[in-house]
Amino acid sequence: MKLTVNGKEIEIEPQPGEMLAHLLRERLGLTGTKIACEEAECGACTVLVDNVPVLSCSYPAAKAANKQVLTIEGLAELNNPVSQSDHEFQLHPLQEEFIEHGAVQCGFCIPGQIMTSYALLQRNPHPSEEDIHQALKDTLCRCAGYPTITRAVQSAAAKLRGEPPLRPVLPPVVREGELTPPPYKVIGSKQARPDAVEKVTGKAKFTDDLKFPGMLHARVKRALVPHAILKRLDVTQARKLPGVVAVLTAQDIPGEKTHGLVIYDWPVMIGVGERVRYVGDAIAIIAAETREIATQALDLIVAEYDLLEVVADPVRARQPDAPQLHPNGNLLKHIKVRKGDVTHGFEDAEIILEHTFHTAITDHAFMEPECSIARPLPNGRMEIYVGSQIPYADRSQVARALGWEEERVRIVGQLMGGGFGGKEDIAGQIHAALLANATGRPVKLLFDRHESLLAHPKRHSTQIRVKMGAKRDGRLTAVETELYGDTGAYASLGEKVLTRATTHSSGPYDIPHTRADCYAMYTNNPPAGAFRGFGVTQSAFAIESMMDILAKELNLDPIELRRQNALRVGSITNTGQLLRESVGLLECINLVERELEKQAGQMEGASRTSRSYFQPRPVEGKPHLRRAWGFAVAYKNTGLGGGAPDKAGAEVELYEDGTLEVRTSSAELGQGLVTVLRMIVAEEFAIQPEKVRVLVMDTDLTPDGGPTTASRQTFVSGNAARFAAQSLRNALAASLAEKYDVPPAQIRFIEGLAQVNGHTLPLSEVAKILRSEGRTPRAYYEYWAPETKPLGEGGDMHFAFSFAAQAAEVEVNTLTGEVRVLKVISAIDVGRAINPLGLQGQFEGGIMMGIGNALTENFIVENGVVFTDRLARYRIPSIMLTPEITAIAVEHPASAGPYGAKGVGEIVSIPTTPAITNAIYNAVGVRIDHLPVDQEVIVKELT
Amino acid sequence: MSTWNTYYQAHSLEDAIAVLTQSPSNNQIIAGGTDLLLEIQQGRHPPAHTLVDITTIPELNRLEVTSAYLWIGSAVPLAKLITWQPLQQHCLALYEAINLIGGPQVRNVATLGGNVAHALPAADGAIALLALDATVWIASPENGRTIDSSQVNQSTPNNLPIEVGQVRLRNQPLLDCYAGPGKSTLSAGEILVAFQIPLRKDGESSAFRRVMRPQGVAIAIQNMAVWLHLEKDTIMDIRIALGPAGPKPLRAHFAEEKMRGQKLSQATLSEATAAILAEARFRTSPHRATAEYRQHLTSVLLNETLAHAEAGRR
Repeated sequence: MKLTVNGKEIEIEPQPGEMLAHLLRERLGLTGTKIACEEAECGACTVLVDNVPVLSCSYPAAKAANKQVLTIEGLAELNNPVSQSDHEFQLHPLQEEFIEHGAVQCGFCIPGQIMTSYALLQRNPHPSEEDIHQALKDTLCRCAGYPTITRAVQSAAAKLRGEPPLRPVLPPVVREGELTPPPYKVIGSKQARPDAVEKVTGKAKFTDDLKFPGMLHARVKRALVPHAILKRLDVTQARKLPGVVAVLTAQDIPGEKTHGLVIYDWPVMIGVGERVRYVGDAIAIIAAETREIATQALDLIVAEYDLLEVVADPVRARQPDAPQLHPNGNLLKHIKVRKGDVTHGFEDAEIILEHTFHTAITDHAFMEPECSIARPLPNGRMEIYVGSQIPYADRSQVARALGWEEERVRIVGQLMGGGFGGKEDIAGQIHAALLANATGRPVKLLFDRHESLLAHPKRHSTQIRVKMGAKRDGRLTAVETELYGDTGAYASLGEKVLTRATTHSSGPYDIPHTRADCYAMYTNNPPAGAFRGFGVTQSAFAIESMMDILAKELNLDPIELRRQNALRVGSITNTGQLLRESVGLLECINLVERELEKQAGQMEGASRTSRSYFQPRPVEGKPHLRRAWGFAVAYKNTGLGGGAPDKAGAEVELYEDGTLEVRTSSAELGQGLVTVLRMIVAEEFAIQPEKVRVLVMDTDLTPDGGPTTASRQTFVSGNAARFAAQSLRNALAASLAEKYDVPPAQIRFIEGLAQVNGHTLPLSEVAKILRSEGRTPRAYYEYWAPETKPLGEGGDMHFAFSFAAQAAEVEVNTLTGEVRVLKVISAIDVGRAINPLGLQGQFEGGIMMGIGNALTENFIVENGVVFTDRLARYRIPSIMLTPEITAIAVEHPASAGPYGAKGVGEIVSIPTTPAITNAIYNAVGVRIDHLPVDQEVIVKELT
Repeated sequence: MSTWNTYYQAHSLEDAIAVLTQSPSNNQIIAGGTDLLLEIQQGRHPPAHTLVDITTIPELNRLEVTSAYLWIGSAVPLAKLITWQPLQQHCLALYEAINLIGGPQVRNVATLGGNVAHALPAADGAIALLALDATVWIASPENGRTIDSSQVNQSTPNNLPIEVGQVRLRNQPLLDCYAGPGKSTLSAGEILVAFQIPLRKDGESSAFRRVMRPQGVAIAIQNMAVWLHLEKDTIMDIRIALGPAGPKPLRAHFAEEKMRGQKLSQATLSEATAAILAEARFRTSPHRATAEYRQHLTSVLLNETLAHAEAGRR
């Protein structure tokens, strides 16, 4: 057939079963078109066929015969057909504005977003916000930059009409006690991502976009039964299938048989006679010449099981007669938090309330499914190409399974299409490596969405009982919580996550007596591990709901109640930590309150007990709709804490062209660490950020930055980069001082120049000078965060906390129970807003994810079997759910943080859910105690 | 093992029918394929040797207004159909329903024919068509006998020039296409060619509404379309369609009967709701909705669709 792709006519015969996306990606090398779900749900694969956007993952290639296909790669060229050169291409206004407005984060959905938007602007040059939402309704973004995407499209439309573009929205910054901005040149300024151009042009390579000569394709045979003993396994037929190169089972693992991040309890494969603990357990792995053959071979593997009773929930898991899943039983950990004496606290109370809350399992649903490529090298080493949140942990786990020294394995980190905690554990890295080792050929192991949903660790579902005691005036006297956390089949980070859930379970409040007990239980559900919020998402929902219940019972104002009990400088947390600085909670509360009053059209200082925005309001002409606002606060630690050594290494090098490179293994998942690192080094050298390159996630080339988790990288890797830059600067100064015989303190670095004794040298010259002296202008710094204490010992369990207050306005349909979130106000104490454009993306994306957690997301497992095994069944928020968002950054600097910064990535999402459910209560009087919100329950309670 | 071997784009009804009847068990008709391809990929539908794409057949892409009917080719992409002015003018319910099917990318390939041929009991397009009293034109093989195309044209709406050779065309009520959930009565080699919908007259109007849930599969928990002929506030005639309320889309005949000749009042609505509840077979679908919730929504939807239709009449 003939077709035209990006203006070029080509002749190519479609293959059986071939979809357009595969033709474009595999045979034409146009990997800018992404495949994220392969079930026509997410829009990532959108291309234009004869000018209309279609989903190329489910559009037969043959159907494109004699048609015009436009992909993301063609858009920039289309805009400037004269120049085909890579260096001269002119971005399309959509591409420019996506960058300008910070709409690009992980970038995986961006080609689909831009192509869909392009089609919209072709037929509608004046799109309203509603038009844009309708056009992008099924083009999902999990970083959830929906507001920035909307603004970028509007701005591009304006540009195309010849009007001035829109200005990007940046969060206003409110500083603690400082009237003038701190004296930074780069920190706090608006900067584009270093990878933005690649991501808007489709040139960005994610792991599945890579190909190596001779590469095989792997698939994993999964148990698909939740609890059983593998009785018999026969892979002979699969081995015989032409095109199959290797089929490996547990007995073929040369090294250790298990992996894990904290506890090695997760079998690489289940062997005959061993226990299957969840549906995603691997029993065999296949490498074949094509993915299709590998898939065919899956069906030829025969497995027989002795099925066992399924442990379906953590409460059952704790019962003495429950089947025991691990050698040490079903209890992963009993986590205890004690402060004061709750018995005494409840005696002191004038009111005692108790309520139990339930939260659902949720899936990260990062847009890019897991992909690993293992590539054996002639020198006996193995390279693993993968987007991973913890490259060095991947290295050690892969090496362990191979039975090798760690140094023989190199993790070559790739761009990551979102992580959110879901790419901390091993996915396909070990399996790909085993197959590559067995075959001597590169092996790609790509999960499809179905496999991704089945296999990787989720957010813990929890049951949380809160007992709260208070004085009539609202002062909390005691809080007791009991949590059951479902950590699923394997530990993953379960103990850590549930420890965080437990320590945060009495909220950001100064309470004299608290007691918390958490049972982290193994079950036969998919494992649960890290997920943005790290347990605090769950416990914040419980405690913040409880605060509103208390406010209602005491007829107190919910904002006032929180203000009264809020942690502040001088408070002692429930783990016994004295907060000495950087506690911006009250400021956040006050700012949200002020904005709320502004938006609600109320004068400040109106009666505190009868705030109209917490009262239900009917909608004119629609008596069945009720609106109200709800309020919630939260806090979240930055960094690992709990006595874990928290360190990160970074290296900064100056090149002879005057550019700098900063290197650390810390991961870029789309959150913007690379922008932050670049800005920090640029700040220290007072040069343009564009002069700084960032290299991350490579265990051969970058020092260990530790796990990208716990909102820690800006703090730890940021500090490492900053101190490495400073020490490089000092080394350069020392060299120059010697050469020019001036005191080092007189040497200044500014605008890419070194000022020495009245004259200036470009940095390129400085690099040459050092090299001529036989020295490499490079500095390494290993940053150790302030020491923390283990839980139970008192003292500083964490070196910093971020704080947040949010208000959400909802509209509830009293006839159908449907809930819409109309507006959200968010104020977050981030210490220092280093990268405001990225921060806005975190603010907005965090709120969208919170909306998903409250309203749409429910990963359903029935007796160990996953029901939500397709993206169609697991719905994440679309652009249609975007509320009007007002975000305010609060800066109460943490003295040890880089320029005062602390974590941002998780706190932005945590209070959203309870703010919404509290708003629902305020609107219709229904208390949501199970997540996600079930509209049917609302109707039932109303009728 | 591939989901299909050959993708064949038919150029005429005759051509398509010939390929389909060659090997009825191996060859499978496909229109937009937005449901079918996923079902094959996910193993819910057997793979096909040849997929016969009928969207390339000219008759299936026609949009015509005759003196009495709209003729809507079954393979017109929904996105194109939405922009066809007569649709909004004559069939508001269908216009509203189509706007809600899938997302924009899906609507660029999905077809109304597929919406009906897939035979789901709550397909938004089908529910609207049912309330609008649409009939269906179906082409089938004429067992080798050549028939004169002028003969065929006598039975088609006024002057619709359908070029047919060795095919037979028949017109039948929409509901006759339904055998059960996901099962149509169309046999191998039969092709849904077009929908025929009466033009709207004075006093007539229609509306479509549905209730969704933000979790899980994006299909309606409950949908409803009404077509209404009012004179002043008296219901001269009415048609109500809803789903899922049984194995096929439901025409609420009992309720319609009760409403004809009545004033459009709260009392009439209550009676009609009761009649629908007596007629409908609501089920509890796990993780989606209970039968009780669906019963509750019936009254909500009836109120909303009628109010909307009433406001939209001319």
